[in-house]
Amino acid sequence: MLQQAEILESVLERYPSKPEYLIFMLQDIQADCGYIAPESMEIICEHANVPITQGYSVATFYQSFRLEPQGEHEIKVCLGTACHLKGGERLVENLERKLDIHRGETTEDMMFTLNTVNCLGACAMAPVAVVDDEYISSTTPAKLDKSLKAAQQQ
Amino acid sequence: MNQARLELMLCGGTGCRASGSHPFKDALAAEITRRELDGEIRIVETGCNGFCAVGPVMLVLPEDVFYQKLRPEDVPELVEEHLIKGKVVERLLYKDPGTKKRIPLMHDIPFFSNQMFWAMRNKGYIDPEKIDEYIARDGYFGAARALTEMSPEMIIEEVKTSGLRGRGGAGFPAGVKWEFASKTQSDIKYTLCNADEGDPGAFMDRSILEADPHAVLEGMIIAARAIGSSKGYIYCRTEYPLALARLGLAIKQAREYGLLGKDILGSGFDFDVEIYQGAGAFVCGEETALMRSIEGRRGMPRPRPPFPAHKGLFNKPTVLNNVETLANVGQIILHGGERYASVGTETSKGTKVFAISGDVNNIGLVEVPMGITLRKMIFEIGGGIPKKRKFKAVQLGGPSGGCIPEHLLDTPVDFEEIAKVGAIMGSGGVIVMDDQTCMVDMARFFMDFIQEESCGKCTPCREGTRRILQIVERICEGHGVPEDIETLEELSVVIKNSSLCGLGQTAPNPVLSTLRYFREEYDAHVYEKRCPAKRCAALLDFKVNEDKCTKCGLCYKACPVDAIVWKKKEVAFIDQEKCIQCLSCFSACKFDAID
Ligand SMILES: Cc1cc2nc3c(=O)[nH]c(=O)nc-3n(C[C@H](O)[C@H](O)[C@H](O)COP(=O)(O)O)c2cc1C
Ligand code: FES
Repeated sequence: MLQQAEILESVLERYPSKPEYLIFMLQDIQADCGYIAPESMEIICEHANVPITQGYSVATFYQSFRLEPQGEHEIKVCLGTACHLKGGERLVENLERKLDIHRGETTEDMMFTLNTVNCLGACAMAPVAVVDDEYISSTTPAKLDKSLKAAQQQ
Repeated sequence: MNQARLELMLCGGTGCRASGSHPFKDALAAEITRRELDGEIRIVETGCNGFCAVGPVMLVLPEDVFYQKLRPEDVPELVEEHLIKGKVVERLLYKDPGTKKRIPLMHDIPFFSNQMFWAMRNKGYIDPEKIDEYIARDGYFGAARALTEMSPEMIIEEVKTSGLRGRGGAGFPAGVKWEFASKTQSDIKYTLCNADEGDPGAFMDRSILEADPHAVLEGMIIAARAIGSSKGYIYCRTEYPLALARLGLAIKQAREYGLLGKDILGSGFDFDVEIYQGAGAFVCGEETALMRSIEGRRGMPRPRPPFPAHKGLFNKPTVLNNVETLANVGQIILHGGERYASVGTETSKGTKVFAISGDVNNIGLVEVPMGITLRKMIFEIGGGIPKKRKFKAVQLGGPSGGCIPEHLLDTPVDFEEIAKVGAIMGSGGVIVMDDQTCMVDMARFFMDFIQEESCGKCTPCREGTRRILQIVERICEGHGVPEDIETLEELSVVIKNSSLCGLGQTAPNPVLSTLRYFREEYDAHVYEKRCPAKRCAALLDFKVNEDKCTKCGLCYKACPVDAIVWKKKEVAFIDQEKCIQCLSCFSACKFDAID
């Protein structure tokens, strides 16, 4: 928690005390910590001069915000139109079985979080998955397996 | 810039990066240094070239030789043969699927030769991270003209003459929108760029931002000048890290060159731009929702009027334009609106960028003159349908759009004509579907998306889309009843007429257009409990058809749970106990041998 507190301080320094900076601050915390802890939410809302309910109202509205700790590695599987046509759903189901979690969840050992997205703008390579920042093109379960193993060994 | 003997324009767009352009680039750079060619040969990492299907791609200038599907292993041969001996490496050229001939020059490849590059005129020709290269191709000349030689009225008149209509979906004339905002008095006005690109399966705006970010900035400067605005925001989605990075760099360089900031080009005009990173919500592409989001709130639309040109961001007059709209503006001011209006149809002028994907050979980004037929776009530029399958439908306009069947493929690309056949031009996503696509499943897919993205503010959209989804899901699962179709039609009308914003008003389109052209597929699901395209798992038997099975074993290899029993020269068999109905075997089988 200490870590999030330190990061928080530098985030607050960067933005004026105005409501329109709420989303910026939440994004920065999320980028550095992977999620928004309740303590951070409280302090950010106070700094932005908005009630804490507005903080949660915003954080639950947008898909990119996470209110729970995330796994060490993020797997994103695209379920945009092109990827849907080429079987993106099957990739997600496969991972759900393999990792024994649902989409949006994190494995018990905190190693992997499985998320789905709507179009990564790389439809030529459909179906597309991204492990951390590495794009996998024409993804198959076998290719995903390899990437997950590689990520785990880092 | 010192002129190199050869310039290697290597694509570094999201597509080519994913297919491995960076390992290739590293190998190429090392080999060029090893052969001591650094002085005469320059590698330029460009933005998206557009031909993502055959990436990584590289264009050799000034010769215009186009190489495709490059691997690090190809480097020694390429350097030795082409860069040193001047001989084109045949095997790395594009091969025409029809004639089987290799085509060396980019402008001879049908994918490129049928296009017309205006909004994307710089893609692949410049390093998007260098402002000088943009300027060398007449960049910021339009802005200079607008700022130093033209009054705001003249700018607006020129844009009106061009007939430029918004490329973000609605097709509203840009000049008219600017005129409204210019006439509103206010201490501050805002100029916004919509780079939210939420339509799943569309990547035009991403590619423009990656390939030519300065063109968008130039458009914003001119728009700002026209309406008298001093502050701009670009609202870009987080899923586009590369576009965000390049935009950030472009803004920094433009400031250094005095093209943003105070007293631009000594004209006394001040304007600056900031990037606003979207937090992931489709509805934020809608203009009023986008403005709320910038204000730090939930991105929910509000009723109009008041229109943003009067009361927009922070309740101040605001103009919002799409990335592609803005990318056209600099050239319009530089060369005049009339030249722009010389291309296109009666009501739709200039060019339009489309992202073609799905079941089509040449997946990628294309820019075509308005008025070209969909058939030409899909079959000549897109190269037709792969794997010898048959065309079934094309989906235009994303979740708010519609499907167009084969017999309407001669419809021209034109806002009004496309609307007439039940789709929309939309932002430019074109999804081609072959005969293995189930249209009911497609409708379900889009409704699922819309239902999820409905912001929940107005009841018809929130509840109505959920009801439609439930019914379509039921039909896909084989529990459809005859009344369902009528209920769908009825619900659609109500949602269309009574929703607050464009999301709800167009939400039933995927269902309506599939019902209109593929009614028999709905009937097969409802009355015969059969999915003709074999996509809806609940309606399939998961049994191998012994007469059709060629004993090839492809299904056996594809099954993720080892539910298929197969030995060489034997018909495959699916163990129903183990089968999880994932459809992998259906996709793998080339002989339609699974029922
Ligand atoms: C639900 C919804 C989503 C939209 N998404 C986008 C988008 O992602 N990008 C975009 O440019 N316009 C989008 N629009 C259209 C915008 O509201 C607006 O019309 C457009 O950005 C105006 O720019 P233009 O006149 O240059 O097209 C969307 C509209 C609706 C109703
Ligand atoms: S649909 Fe998956 S990248 Fe576009």
